[in-house]
Amino acid sequence: MARRVSARRVLVSTAAAWFFGFLIFLPILWMFLTSFKTELEAFATPPTFLFFHWTTENYATVQGRSDYLLHALNSIIVAGGSTIIAMIIAVPAAWSMAFAPTNRTKDVLLWMLSTKMMPPVGVLVPIYLIYQNLGMLDTRTGLVAILCLGNLPIVIWMLFTYFKEIPKDILEAARMDGATIGRELVYVLTPMAIPGIASTLLLNLILAWNEAFWTLNLSTSKAAPLTVFIASYSSPEGLFWAKLSAASTLAIAPILVLGWFSQRQLVRGLTFGAVK
Amino acid sequence: MGQITLQGVHKSFGPLNIIKDANLDIEDGSFVVFVGPSGCGKTTLLRLIAGLEDVTGGQILIDGNNVVNVPPAKRGLSMVFQSYALYPHMSVRGNIAFGLKMAGLPRAEIASKVEAAAATLNLTAYLDRKPRELSGGQRQRVAIGRAIVREPKAFLFDEPLSNLDAALRVQMRMEVTRLQKQLGTTAIYVTHDQVEAMTMADKIVVLNAGRIEQYGSPLDLYERPANLFVAGFIGSPKMNFISGEIAGRHGAATIGVRPEHLKIVKEGEGWPGTVSVAEHLGSDTFLYVDAGPIGTLTVRGIGELHLTAGDRVWLSPDQARLHLFDQQGGIVRR
Amino acid sequence: MATQQTKVLARSLLTPAVALLFIWMIVPLAMTIYFSTLRYSLLDPGSEIFVGLENYRYFLTDPAFLASLRNTLVLVGSVLAITIVLGIPLALLLDQEVIGRSIVRLMVIAPFFVMPTVSALVWKNLLMHPVSGLLSWISTLLGMEPIDWFNDAPLFAVILIVSWQWLPFATLILLTALQSQDEEQKEAAEMDGAGALPTFVYLTLPHLARPITVVILIETIFLLTVFAEIFVTTGGGPGLQTTNIAFLIYSQALIQYDVGSASAGGLVAVVIANIVAFFLVRIIGRNLEA
Repeated sequence: MARRVSARRVLVSTAAAWFFGFLIFLPILWMFLTSFKTELEAFATPPTFLFFHWTTENYATVQGRSDYLLHALNSIIVAGGSTIIAMIIAVPAAWSMAFAPTNRTKDVLLWMLSTKMMPPVGVLVPIYLIYQNLGMLDTRTGLVAILCLGNLPIVIWMLFTYFKEIPKDILEAARMDGATIGRELVYVLTPMAIPGIASTLLLNLILAWNEAFWTLNLSTSKAAPLTVFIASYSSPEGLFWAKLSAASTLAIAPILVLGWFSQRQLVRGLTFGAVK
Repeated sequence: MGQITLQGVHKSFGPLNIIKDANLDIEDGSFVVFVGPSGCGKTTLLRLIAGLEDVTGGQILIDGNNVVNVPPAKRGLSMVFQSYALYPHMSVRGNIAFGLKMAGLPRAEIASKVEAAAATLNLTAYLDRKPRELSGGQRQRVAIGRAIVREPKAFLFDEPLSNLDAALRVQMRMEVTRLQKQLGTTAIYVTHDQVEAMTMADKIVVLNAGRIEQYGSPLDLYERPANLFVAGFIGSPKMNFISGEIAGRHGAATIGVRPEHLKIVKEGEGWPGTVSVAEHLGSDTFLYVDAGPIGTLTVRGIGELHLTAGDRVWLSPDQARLHLFDQQGGIVRR
Repeated sequence: MATQQTKVLARSLLTPAVALLFIWMIVPLAMTIYFSTLRYSLLDPGSEIFVGLENYRYFLTDPAFLASLRNTLVLVGSVLAITIVLGIPLALLLDQEVIGRSIVRLMVIAPFFVMPTVSALVWKNLLMHPVSGLLSWISTLLGMEPIDWFNDAPLFAVILIVSWQWLPFATLILLTALQSQDEEQKEAAEMDGAGALPTFVYLTLPHLARPITVVILIETIFLLTVFAEIFVTTGGGPGLQTTNIAFLIYSQALIQYDVGSASAGGLVAVVIANIVAFFLVRIIGRNLEA
C-alpha cells in the first residue's frame, strides 16, 4: 500500500485512538497515581490528579509488611515453578506431535485443549478434598502442581505450533549431514525453536502469575501468592486505598512489562490457532 | 566410488502405490536426471535413495551394499534441497562445516575444507554472513557447498534451481554441471524441466506415475523414445501426434513426428492447413497450424519463414523420422 | 518422515503429558460424579449416604441455582456483547495509521494482564466508590447522580469490571484478523467502485465472522467460571444478585460445606462448558487441517 493517507485522517485517527486508549488505561493510571498519595488524599473529593503531595510512604509500608515479601516470593515460585515444570513435560510432547505425527495426533491435541476448557469449579470439591487429605492445602507444591496442570494444555499447544513452523527440510538436511536424532535436536532444532520456547514461557508465566481461582481457594497464608494478598484488601479496616494501590502496582508492574512483549503470543496461545 | 543400483524398489503410502518396481543402474561418476510430470514420484525416489523415506520393498545398493535399513546420516550421500534448507542460526561457514562437525573431523581440517569449498563456489567473502543476508543464488551455492564439502559418494539434487529467476537458472545449470564433472562424483538430479534434463544429464530417467518409462542418454530418449509418453514428454515444443486413418496407413495406432521433421512443401502436396499462430524468434520460427481433421500441428523452421497467421501451408513429414506407436502407447518396430 | 525408530521414541515422549492430563481429567471428574450421588457434608464427615440423583434434583430446582444460572447467562452475554461491540471499532481504529500506535496498543492491552483481584478491587474502590470514586466525580461533573454501584447495580458492576478485563482480548484477536485481511482484495473492491462502508460490510465483516465466533466461544468458556472478581467485591451478594454458577458451587462447597450438592452443581457446570467446548474444538480442528 504505497498511497499516502491524508494528514487529516491520520490526525483524526490518532486523536480517537489516544482518547479511547487513555480511557481504557485510566483505571490503571489512576491506581498508579493513587499509590503515591496519602490515604486522606486518596479518599478526598474532589480527586486530585497531578498536583498533590507525592509520597512513597505507601510503598514503604507495603514492602515493610513482612508478608508482602513472602507473597511476592510465593508468586514468583508458584508462577515460575509451574511454568518451568510444564515446559519440561511439554517440550518432548510437542516435539513428538509436531515431528512424528500419527493419525491420532490431531485428536490427542484437541483432547488436550479440551481439558483446558473444563471449568475449574467443576472439580473444586474433589481437588480440595484430595489436597486436604494429602496436606497440600496452603503449600507452594500444591499450587505449583495445580497451576502446572492447568496451563499444560496451552504450553503444549503453543510449543506445537512453533515446532510446526520449523521447516521440515532443515531437519532433514541435518540428518543428511550426518546428525543423529540427539544432535539434530541440540544443534538444529533447539536453536531454531528458542524464540518460540521463550514466547511460550513468557505467556504462561503471566497466566500463572494472574491465576485467581485455585490460588484463592487452595491457599490462605503461607503459600498464598500476590493474588490472594491483594484479595485481603477486600475487607480491610480504615483507609486503605493508597496502600492497595501501591501493593497492586507492585503486583502487576512486572507482568505489564512482560505482557507488552507477549501480545502476539497471547493471540497464538489463547485462541488455540482458531485465528491466524 | 558412487555406484548406485535399485532393485525392485517400490513404495506405498497405505493403499497408494507411489513407486512401482523401480530397477536402475547408476554408474559411478555419471550425472543422472530424474524427470517427469508433477506427482510422478521422482522426488519420492530421490528421498528413498537418501533414506529420508523408507522403502516398502526392494533393495537399494550403494557400491554393492544394501542400505535400505541404514539411516540417512550413515549412507554417505549429500542432498541439496529445493528450498536450500540452510540452518538459519548458523553462518555460511557454520552451515558448510556442520556435516564435517558431525563426522567428528578435527577443527583444523574442517576449517581448511570449508575454505576450499567456499573458494570453489566463490563464497569466501560471505563466510561469516547468515543465510538471511544472502540472495537466492548465494544461498543456492551455500547449499551446494554444504553438499560437496563432505565428499560424499553421490550428490542428490531436489529441483535446486526452481526457486531462481530464469537468467540465474541458466547460469547455475552450467555451474552445477561443471562442478560435477570437475569432482567426478555421481549425481542424481530431480527436475520437472525437461530442458534442464536434456542439457545437464549423462543419462535421463523418465518417470510417469511411479513407473520408470525409459532410462537412457538424452539423445537416445529424443531420437528413440520407447513409448508414447516419453516421446511426448521429451522435446520442446512437443512432438506432433496423429491418430486415425493416417496412422493406420503406417500400421500404427498413433504416429509421431517432431516439429523440425515436418517440411513445408509446395501447394497441393502433403497435408493442408492454416497457420493459426506464428512465433518469430529470429533464430527459429514456430508455426501452429490448424490442419483440419488431422488436428493442430507444430512446425519448426530454421530462421525466418515469412509466414503469418492466416496463411495456407502444406506440410509433409520426413518419412524416415516417423515414430509409430500401438494402441497401448508402445513402440512399433518397423 | 518418521521412520520406525522415531515413532517409538515419539510415543514415549508423549506419554507423560498424556498420562498427567488424563489423570487430571478423570480422577477429579470421577470423584465429582461419585460425590454428587452422596449426601455428604464436610461438617459431618463419615456419614455419607447414597442418594442417587437427589442432589441433582435439589440443585436444579433450588431457586439459588436458577438465580445463579440467570446471572451467569446475563454476565456472559453482556460481557460478550460489550467486548465485541466495542472491540470491533477499537480494532478498526488500531488498524489505522496512528501516531504512537504502539503506545496506544499498550494502553489498550494492559487490562488483560492485570490480575483479576487487582482489577476488581481497583474498580470497586478507586473508581466505583459512590463518594470518593473517580466515576462518581465524573458523574457529578456531568450533573448526574453518582451510582452506588455495588448496592444498586451489583451485577452490572461486575459485568463492567469483567468487560474491561476482556476487551483487550477481543480487540487483539480482531485486530490480528484485520491485519491478515487480503489487501489486494480490498484494492480490487476499490477498483470496482466500493467506498469505505460497503467494503466494510461486504468484505471486512464476513472476514471477521470467523474470529468473532472464536472470540465468542473462547470468552464464553472462560467467562462461565468468573470467580475472583465476585469473590473479592461482592461475595455473591447482595443476596444472590452477583452469584453465578461458579460462585454458587464454591459457596456450597467451601461455605456451606455441602459436598454432595456442590458436586452436582460442578457437574452441571462441566456439562454446560462441554457444549460450548464442542463447537470450539470443531473450529480448531478444522483449522488444524489447513
